[in-house]
Amino acid sequence: MKTIKIIAIAAVVLSATAFTAATFLADEGYKVGDTATDFKLKNIDGKTISLADYKTAKGFLVIFTCNSCPYAVAYEDRIIALDAKYKSKGVPVIAINPNNPKAQPKDSFEEMKVRAKDKGFTFPYLLDDGQKIYPQYGASRTPHVFLLEKTPKGNIVKYIGAIDDNYQDASQVENKYVENAVDAMLSGNEIAITTTKAIGCSIKVK
Amino acid sequence: MKYVACLVILTTLISCKVENVNVNNQLAVVGSVDNKPKQVYQKGDIVINAYNFQSIEPLFHKKDGKTYVINFWATWCKPCVAELPHFEHVKKEYESKNVEVILISLDLPTMVETNLLPFLEKHQLKSQVVLLDDPKQNEWIPKVSENWEGSIPATLIYNENQRAFFEKTFTLVELKNNLDQILKSN
Repeated sequence: MKTIKIIAIAAVVLSATAFTAATFLADEGYKVGDTATDFKLKNIDGKTISLADYKTAKGFLVIFTCNSCPYAVAYEDRIIALDAKYKSKGVPVIAINPNNPKAQPKDSFEEMKVRAKDKGFTFPYLLDDGQKIYPQYGASRTPHVFLLEKTPKGNIVKYIGAIDDNYQDASQVENKYVENAVDAMLSGNEIAITTTKAIGCSIKVK
Repeated sequence: MKYVACLVILTTLISCKVENVNVNNQLAVVGSVDNKPKQVYQKGDIVINAYNFQSIEPLFHKKDGKTYVINFWATWCKPCVAELPHFEHVKKEYESKNVEVILISLDLPTMVETNLLPFLEKHQLKSQVVLLDDPKQNEWIPKVSENWEGSIPATLIYNENQRAFFEKTFTLVELKNNLDQILKSN
């Protein structure tokens, strides 16, 4: 009888914990150390892009960004610079627009093509069509960076947050969070700052 | 070493206090944000003070019996602009209940002249509006709330007894319900 009781209690505790863990993940998205999902999203050139397509990559800078947010626009040149610096080192930028174009017409697929051409984006600019990917990552704003390291076990989240510590003025930046994280990752060192917060635009849903 | 740090902090506090006296009442809408602004923008009768986080930080920890509704917004943020009328409504309806509404704009400083001032001139908001101009966001965002990811709209409602942070868009009913809950605690 006592054993049954213990088993019953254990079962309750276990299921409660499992439930908490599940809701926690659903609410919060990835933490550093989690394995990030791959995706199949349409690029502005009409092709479908997956992380698995990049056979020789060492990692990825998955950046949730968009046309319509001034904070995202303020970082466009710096995103291009990140791709220029790290694509050749095996860590390309993959930009994803998480907004629903019905809620923000400036972020439509057509407008994405226009913006990418005007700015000369050197990286894929994907639409999170159906908005299934950004909630899994836990992107809460644009711009929002997720640095992933490619390992035999999958793409592991190494850094989440802002590109650097000055959205207003690139020349006044004191801490290049993303560059420091990628450099540490590539040299096998520990990343000093693994999460940062920044103001950004909420992701637009309908 | 500790004493030196204390002394430095104390001196800073005192010097801030002295500055306050000088600039107080200089502007019509100073209200509870009375530290020296980083910059003052003006267009007609609209005056906007820009602050760094340190100067407005006391605003998030007042213990004066009032309940504060502090909303973070920007002119380019569509959902923020859509809910501004709710905050204006609350300001009017709850004025007699010792509630103060403050709208903290996060417009980029380069957009103040082109967007923020014309917006305020057009809409003639009754709530106090200040500009938070502080790029060190990773340092100040957690000081507003540990739960804030950084997206706007975001709203802090607090008084001496209770504190609630919302990283979401409000309907008027939701805003009033949440405010009523917190008022009960006061």
